[in-house]
Amino acid sequence: MNLALADIRHGLGRFLLTCLGVGLLMGVALSMVGIYQGLVREALALTRSLDAGLWVVEAGTRGPFAEASRIPGDVREMVARLPGVAAAGSLTLRTAEADGPTGRLRVQVVGYEPGRPGGPALLTQGRGLGSARFEAVADARTGLTLGATLMFGTDRYRVVGLTRGMVASGGDPVVFVGLRDSQRMQFRLAPAAARRAEAAGAPPAGTDTVNAIVAQLYPGADAAALTEAVRRWKHLTALSGPEQEDLLTRSVVQRARIQLGMFTVVLLFVSGVIIALIIYTMTMDKRREIATLKLIGAPDSTIAGLVLQQAMLLGGLGYAAAVALVFSVRDHFPRAVELGVAEISVMAGVIAAICLLASLLSIRTALRVDAQQALGG
Amino acid sequence: MSAPTPLVLLESVAMVFGQGETAVRALSDVTLAVGPGEVVGLRGPSGSGKSTLLNIIACIQEPSAGRLSLDGQTVWEGRYRVADLRRLRRERIGFIFQFHNLLPFLNARDNVALAMTLAGMGLEAARGRAMALLGELQVDRRALAMPARLSGGEAQRVAIARALANDPHIILADEPTAALDSERARVVMDLLRRVARERSSAVLVVTHDEKIFDRFDRMVSLRDGRIEADQRAGA
Repeated sequence: MNLALADIRHGLGRFLLTCLGVGLLMGVALSMVGIYQGLVREALALTRSLDAGLWVVEAGTRGPFAEASRIPGDVREMVARLPGVAAAGSLTLRTAEADGPTGRLRVQVVGYEPGRPGGPALLTQGRGLGSARFEAVADARTGLTLGATLMFGTDRYRVVGLTRGMVASGGDPVVFVGLRDSQRMQFRLAPAAARRAEAAGAPPAGTDTVNAIVAQLYPGADAAALTEAVRRWKHLTALSGPEQEDLLTRSVVQRARIQLGMFTVVLLFVSGVIIALIIYTMTMDKRREIATLKLIGAPDSTIAGLVLQQAMLLGGLGYAAAVALVFSVRDHFPRAVELGVAEISVMAGVIAAICLLASLLSIRTALRVDAQQALGG
Repeated sequence: MSAPTPLVLLESVAMVFGQGETAVRALSDVTLAVGPGEVVGLRGPSGSGKSTLLNIIACIQEPSAGRLSLDGQTVWEGRYRVADLRRLRRERIGFIFQFHNLLPFLNARDNVALAMTLAGMGLEAARGRAMALLGELQVDRRALAMPARLSGGEAQRVAIARALANDPHIILADEPTAALDSERARVVMDLLRRVARERSSAVLVVTHDEKIFDRFDRMVSLRDGRIEADQRAGA
């Protein structure tokens, strides 16, 4: 005869409501874990999609994701001729605001040369950029559809392709445009001083400037040796693909990761305290029944089992509700909520441990209930 | 022919709460023997020591001095002689409470069966015996009802069935008729008398309920922690 289940059946509505409450609390904690993982995935989404073995950037900088980097566009030919480099492409990156069909959008504009490294790895709809000007490939997160128009300043771009999951480390969706178009965008948005100088008759500033050169390497190419070779060049430096990823995760999103991680730990601690209080209250509500059980000779294991099983069921059902809740709403979050089997399993273990620890206090209290309490009124 | 061994035997039992000047003597030199088949009432004003005495016999309170034997076995003599007191309660003692104390989350049958499963009986066998006991107490048609759905009399009969579940030799009852009307109180007491006779059990009942005084074989009166009178019925 399972007393824990019988007691739950007796007050099923109350128990389920409690599970739902605990589930909402766990849902917040689980979302934080998902946002934490999503932050890392989003930070690396662009670099992983580009699949670059080598990043060539301005000397003294740590690449276009960490700080400003401007290098001449013709560096791409120098990089392409390095032994071990299969292909190289120029890249510009900048955050911009654009007017879309549904309003103003904040996006990460990536300029690249079609046919060279730097473009989207996978399209979910439409086609990649061709030779025509003012075309764009946008991520689905922008809400744009094929054929939609996007205004950058006075330039009108037409969306010809869509990607999924391509976002910058700040969470802005990526819009790919041709390199010439992106360079024009940067030139037009140049400081007023440059425009005044041009109006005064100075020769136009060179616009063949890019933020980075990305190179794909042949299998077996020595990335470290190539990086060293580029670092010897004046005004340039290089990072390998793993170095770029490491830089992104350790430097660019590190504070956000620590913030989210600490908040998750605090949330789990608060959840533990609340679960402990709920289990304690559930146990205290049964003090007279526990005293009766003791008086009629129930062993401690029966009483401890009653509390422990209810605590684990509360945690289990609450967690199931939390998973269902997070999975049903996670697509509506502005940033990715990344939850895989590993995260869900680890969190289930953490919740089980919390419920186990939380029930210990209640078990201790239940075992101290005096059988005399069953006697009298 | 020698007298049967008492099922409950208290010898010079004393109980003192607290120490020094604040000490309260709840029981003093209480000697009492209850034999098989006897139904004994314990009465006395509030604070006379009835509940303390019942708690000591139920092995849920340690006496300060004296000796306690249950079912021929010395349980207390300066310290508990029986290691597993809960097992003793489970197998030798049946309890009946003032407010029946049925577990609210089990139906009547399972409340009775629980006592037997705790003693190691299989669930199906326990349920079968529970039904038989409920039948004996004429409450079997309410076997699947939850305690909240039972009348006071029905609930008390289910509680008696639970107390009898493991064939205890000793039945302790704390104000079992306090919540019942006169007629039902008499029915319950007649039932306890029948159980005592048929099973040769010792039944000790703490009561203030004068309308059932005539249902006891003996009435023990306590005052200020001492036995003031121990009268046999008709004496």
